[in-house]
Amino acid sequence: MLSRTADNLYWLSRYVERAECLARILEVTQRLSTLPIATGATNEWESAVATAGCVHAFSEVYDEANEENVTEFLCFSTANPSSIRNCIEMARTNARAVRTALTVEMWDAINGTWLELKRFGNGPSSREEFMRFLRWVQESSLRFDGSAYRTMLRNDSYWFSRLGVFLERADNTARILDVKYHLLLPDKERVGGPLDYFQWAAILRSVSALTAYHWVYKENVQPWLIADLLILKDEMPRSLASCYVNIVENLDKIAKAYGRQGPAQRGARDIRTKLENSRVEEIFQEGLHEFIEDFILANHKLGSAVTEQYLM
Amino acid sequence: MRIRVSHLTTYRYEASPKSVIQTLRLTPRNHAGQYVVYWRIDVSADCRLAQQEDAFGNISHAFTADGPLNELKVFVEGEVETRDTQGLVAGAVERFPPSLFLRETPLTLADDAILSFAQEIRAAHADTLSALHAMTVRLNGDITYDTNPTGSNTTAAEAFSLRRGVCQDLTHIFIAACRSLAIPARYVGGHFHRSDGVTSQEAGHAWAEAFVPDLGWVAFDPTNGISATEAHVRVAIGLDYLGAAPVRGTRTGGGQETLTVAVNVDQAMRQSQN
Amino acid sequence: MQAAFDEMTGADGGVRPAYGELSRWLAEIPPDVLDYRRREAEVIFRRSGITFAVYGDAAAQERLIPFDVLPRIISAAEWSRLAVGLEQRMKALNLYIKDIYGKREILKAGHIPEDLIFQNPAFRPEMNGQKVPHDIYVHIAGIDVVRVDADDFYVLEDNARTPSGVSYMLENREIMLRLFPELFARHRVAPVERYPDELLATLKSVAPASASSDPTAVLLTPGVFNSAYYEHSFLADKLGIELVEGRDLFVKNESVFMRTTEGPKRVDVVYRRVDDDFLDPLAFRPDSTLGVPGLMSAYQAGNVTLANAVGTGVADDKAIYSYMPQIVKFYLGEEPLLKNVPTWRCREEEHLAYVLDHLEELVVKEVHGSGGYGMLIGPMADKATIATFRAKLRAQPKNFIAQPTLALSTCPTCVNEGVAPRHVDLRPFVLAGRDRIRIVPGGLTRVALSQGSLVVNSSQGGGTKDTWVLDR
Repeated sequence: MLSRTADNLYWLSRYVERAECLARILEVTQRLSTLPIATGATNEWESAVATAGCVHAFSEVYDEANEENVTEFLCFSTANPSSIRNCIEMARTNARAVRTALTVEMWDAINGTWLELKRFGNGPSSREEFMRFLRWVQESSLRFDGSAYRTMLRNDSYWFSRLGVFLERADNTARILDVKYHLLLPDKERVGGPLDYFQWAAILRSVSALTAYHWVYKENVQPWLIADLLILKDEMPRSLASCYVNIVENLDKIAKAYGRQGPAQRGARDIRTKLENSRVEEIFQEGLHEFIEDFILANHKLGSAVTEQYLM
Repeated sequence: MRIRVSHLTTYRYEASPKSVIQTLRLTPRNHAGQYVVYWRIDVSADCRLAQQEDAFGNISHAFTADGPLNELKVFVEGEVETRDTQGLVAGAVERFPPSLFLRETPLTLADDAILSFAQEIRAAHADTLSALHAMTVRLNGDITYDTNPTGSNTTAAEAFSLRRGVCQDLTHIFIAACRSLAIPARYVGGHFHRSDGVTSQEAGHAWAEAFVPDLGWVAFDPTNGISATEAHVRVAIGLDYLGAAPVRGTRTGGGQETLTVAVNVDQAMRQSQN
Repeated sequence: MQAAFDEMTGADGGVRPAYGELSRWLAEIPPDVLDYRRREAEVIFRRSGITFAVYGDAAAQERLIPFDVLPRIISAAEWSRLAVGLEQRMKALNLYIKDIYGKREILKAGHIPEDLIFQNPAFRPEMNGQKVPHDIYVHIAGIDVVRVDADDFYVLEDNARTPSGVSYMLENREIMLRLFPELFARHRVAPVERYPDELLATLKSVAPASASSDPTAVLLTPGVFNSAYYEHSFLADKLGIELVEGRDLFVKNESVFMRTTEGPKRVDVVYRRVDDDFLDPLAFRPDSTLGVPGLMSAYQAGNVTLANAVGTGVADDKAIYSYMPQIVKFYLGEEPLLKNVPTWRCREEEHLAYVLDHLEELVVKEVHGSGGYGMLIGPMADKATIATFRAKLRAQPKNFIAQPTLALSTCPTCVNEGVAPRHVDLRPFVLAGRDRIRIVPGGLTRVALSQGSLVVNSSQGGGTKDTWVLDR
């Protein structure tokens, strides 16, 4: 297939996934910000900006982060290239460029979302409406993902589109961990502190894993187990490990179909192997922060390798 | 006169491009006023140079080179035997009737200022030829030679209003003025051997040819205020700079590039007995 | 202007045979059926994303072209007359362009003034002496024809560059088959759905000699922001070829390749919907980002076929148009089968004088204009507009031609007030391959939706109709 077509499919998925992730982060931030906060506590809105990876762009426009400006910047700003609005816009632009490579259901899902976005104008009028907006973004992503899953032919189009989903998802989960890692560190361990509990729960919630946590570990929320779940557990759909099971699988399918493999396949397997062979104790010992930073870099490099090998 | 030309174009790349593609118009052909004794063209990268003839009869070469490349050098050198024909261009390759060279191009569009400049000169002279000579001299006097304010995209009208420019600009103004008077005119890219002993130049030269009834094509060099002489080596013609450009190219990928051109035009050594 | 010829009712007031069934059906159906179907059609069009971008109109960037649910019907006999004429015209166009970029015999013979060619922006010096595969320059033409009576077809324009509209021909038929199966059952309508196959066969037939036995064709589009992008993607899909943008292609050693996920793939035929000016920044506009650097050198080396060839505009220019009867005669030694609209060339003094004296009754068009822009329709224009045009004509006579205001034929059309006659034209699509000329029976009928209007261009509020050519 045309490299550009693969590129459009890949980025279409990435932008939809990114929009969803932003919505999740904001939903959790909203929840945290309503808690009574002890003095000196972190600014939740600031960390939302950090998680979204746009501290720099944000600081160019605003001096300090608050509910109003972060909401605007992450959701509706046209100046922020990664705002939810721009993600949807970019997703739809990519979709339009490969209209005929999409199934009708996928096109309807993304085009419908794009049309509906206008309904929200320049931002919600109330907190209730804002929450509805965030739900809507997540549902739109589910609808798009579902239509792709249910209607696409299982060929390279599908594999590139899946690659986009999982590379983006891995990046997002890693970013959440990167911003919140300090909450998981042992020296913060004042077990039972209600604020910590909320923070930990918030991390889990932001990747829809609160219930899953209890099913897997059957015990109270413990920071190292959160790290274990989000980094190493294959069965947790948003964990780094799970993303890499999928990335390797899709890259292998592409390699098999084309009868050739390259740096992307090798790179993905290396990361997968590292995740497979790591134990959470070792990660903490050697530094959670370093581990996450290394991962974000490796994931980014893999994205470049995929682009280099197939998309240009 | 036997003129030796060497022309080196060097591109340096900050980050290597994925690939480079270029069309070169760097190879002169013979006509009554010049005979190419030898000529060679060399590109530093591994590539195949394919020779073609373009629509105007110019010899062109196209090549593609793949990265990684830190730099790319395009080098031509050769010797041309010239003789003075009082500017008359005879026996050159002609692929079009003169009227083709009345076409307007964006670079040679005459604005009102050029139009009245042209008409004023035309009105003051009885015949086309003397008007063209007068125009050559006037442009040489009115336009200050200055490499700063103009670039390869500068139009005739822009340069004329600045009253400044390089040989390309003067030539474009001359062509625009001619065409506005319904005199077919065309752009010539080539080299000029300076009589003051300076052999090293920063770029090639450019002048114009205009079609004079009963005479044919006559070459005028407004930068030097003269008709072309045996010091001119004619390389390529076109409707404007774009059509005769020595190099047109582009690259994919990579960062900034810096371009340097070194031209050397000298009288060839006389052969002598060892 | 005389009263227009109505294709259903005819001059004598009786229903013409081709429309017999339609007329009976219209009398039988309950009055709200048409309105209901009309709304249904719009829903289908909108859902399938068939949109049309209008230049300079940001709000309506993805507007639908109005679709009229009543078919325009052409009898088998009328069609066969038209088709022969189109074929003749297509042959003449190709011979003419070959000559213009080759021996220029028609100029030597003095049939066309030299400056009309050499100073024409559509003439491409770069094509001079350039051989194109199998001597075919215009592979796809959309020749606009109109009628003013039951007998003759007039050619209004030979669109020989990158004619569009064929997707509407195909989509209109699909929608009609869905909406009016009973009406189809009462007619024998020649199918148009094989157009993509014919086009692909045409494109493959003109592949360069160096291509493999199964040549690779692609459709080159300027991209999603082009007004005809929908058509480009639609056609690429139907043809089963890649829809590429300039950046998807590259030239290496005078051959064209496309970037695929499996590495570079050689391209033999480029069905390009990008204008000449933007095709190759190394040969034409240096600022073009829509083209493929080096494409012209590959073309010159004979390693790729461009459909249509570069420089075909020298055939469909409105000033050249007026010479088409001579062109047909000169190359084919035959009388033209399709008529030309009498044309005054304002570049000629006597013509200009006549035009200036008769502006109120003439249509004045820009020589290089298209899409119905920059046009004066004398009988419909107010005094101020005519005065403006008079000034323009005096200033730049070369840029204009004038024609009598034709009373374009009308067809029954479904409008707010019910069924009423509206003016139409027809753009059949003519394909020239190495082996033969192919014409699918049908075309795009454009209809001026407002009463009395003669402007059928979709960019100016015109609509479309399905065109039925009866099988017998």
